[in-house]
Amino acid sequence: MATKYETVIGLEVHVQLATESKIFCGCSTEFGKEPNENTCPVCLGLPGTLPVLNKKAVDYAIMAGLALNCRIAEYSKFDRKNYFYPDLPKAYQISQFDLPIAEHGNIEVETDKGVFNIGVTRVHLEEDAGKLIHEGSIDKSEGSLIDYNRTGVPLIEIVSEPDIRTPAQAKAYLTQLKLIMEYLDISDCNMEEGSLRCDANISLRPAGQKEFGTKAELKNMNSFSAVEKGLEYEIKRQQQILEEGGEIIQETRTWDESLNKTISMRGKEEAHDYRYFPEPDLVPLEIDEGWKKEMSKKIPELPREKYKRFVSELGLPEYDAGVLIGDRAMAELFEETLKSYSDAKTISNWMMGEFLRLLNENNDCVDETGISAKNFAEMLGLIDEGVISGKIAKKVFEKMYSSGESAEKIVEEEGLKQISDEDELEKIVDKIIADNPSAVEDIKNGKDRAIGFLVGQVMKETKGKANPGLVNQMLRKKVAE
Amino acid sequence: MIKRKDVEHAAALAKLKLNKEEKEKYTEQIGEILNYVDKLNELNTDGVVPTAYTVPMKNVLREDKVEKSLPRERSLANAPDQKDGQFRAPKIMSD
Repeated sequence: MATKYETVIGLEVHVQLATESKIFCGCSTEFGKEPNENTCPVCLGLPGTLPVLNKKAVDYAIMAGLALNCRIAEYSKFDRKNYFYPDLPKAYQISQFDLPIAEHGNIEVETDKGVFNIGVTRVHLEEDAGKLIHEGSIDKSEGSLIDYNRTGVPLIEIVSEPDIRTPAQAKAYLTQLKLIMEYLDISDCNMEEGSLRCDANISLRPAGQKEFGTKAELKNMNSFSAVEKGLEYEIKRQQQILEEGGEIIQETRTWDESLNKTISMRGKEEAHDYRYFPEPDLVPLEIDEGWKKEMSKKIPELPREKYKRFVSELGLPEYDAGVLIGDRAMAELFEETLKSYSDAKTISNWMMGEFLRLLNENNDCVDETGISAKNFAEMLGLIDEGVISGKIAKKVFEKMYSSGESAEKIVEEEGLKQISDEDELEKIVDKIIADNPSAVEDIKNGKDRAIGFLVGQVMKETKGKANPGLVNQMLRKKVAE
Repeated sequence: MIKRKDVEHAAALAKLKLNKEEKEKYTEQIGEILNYVDKLNELNTDGVVPTAYTVPMKNVLREDKVEKSLPRERSLANAPDQKDGQFRAPKIMSD
């Protein structure tokens, strides 16, 4: 019988912190500048310069640690990680080795297989490296061009415990991490721009075995789906080798999106020996209770808590709650609207329906639209008061979306008020009855469905503005006469 | 005791090419230094926190303010090679 294998995955996630200036110097962190425009003697690693730590980067790292349920270090320090690669002009990266800012955390993630707790080993601060452009492919290029704008941009590295068992769990963990960072508002979390990057350690072991198998390190997965696909490929690759009685080589492999497979990165084979030692240019960091408290005050309700509250306290379906919390601005708009309109499910329906549709069609972010809690709640109120029908409300919603105007103003200016005046409707109702003798006959013969057809005709005549309930009543009365 | 193999490893990490005589000389010299430092092990350090820093300072921080960067020509002024406003490094991957 074939051996069953269990997959063991640990993720290392790098998150760029959204500070204005770099971690050890005053250069701007702005993305998209001309190459090497954001550089100075400190981030270029020129001799005789001294790094000075950016307080905001530490603040953000503490917030991240707290949000990931970590213990924040009272005493933390920086170390030099030594390696030669031209993306680092100093030939070492300032990072943290044995005393990271935060340790021993965990987060809850959910997949369609259930809820899982994934341990967070550590969160540490470090500086980002520069960007290399190889002249041709990396293995054949004669030289590489270097842009040091990114060098020294603050990063936190979040290392998970090897608790992840499936690519789907890995994706859920990443999604949750990204969401937490967005709620904390400490990173842009843009995978395409590289502000969130993920490496994975993956190994297989026979089910029931305690020791881990030999792992491969996967790099260069630039999207959530790339992470999932890369891991899936790697599971198959390793499984095949093991089933054929082969051995897994510990190595770094890179995910090639175009080839849809992982490729061994030869040349980086030497076992990592970074010769860490304490960074003598910096002094230690002591984080006291006061600092920790100040940071914990800045942590908003986190996505997972919000999700649970939406389901248990507001009675929303899990699906709705999941979509609403999946975007911080979305959740905020929902909650703001709920302050002036009490029916959570109605708000949610509109957001999941019209709002999402418009966002997708226009490729907009939530806060780029004209929908505000104020005009949204106002519009819902107008429906309840019978001023506009649900159908007309969709029109109003679209107008609000593009113009940001108040619902009342749009209804007024566009003449969208529902017609609930019997005198006004009577003429139209009479005309429709006169124009559709066969439908009238059907109703008289007990075919009740024909009433719907006539109501539809009146709505069409009034461009959707007639009060359908009233029209229905009036039609029945007239036909019976 | 430090062995020649350790010196070769350290040299490789530092990208230094040493000849046979140098390897022998450094094995001996580094060995002497390490023996000397080993003396510290004679001290009883139970209950002493590892010391990474000897200067009694902590939390030297700066506010998150953008300051002027160098003009790009100056950043690149000492580059051995450059192209299109970027530093140029020779071939990275070894054959």
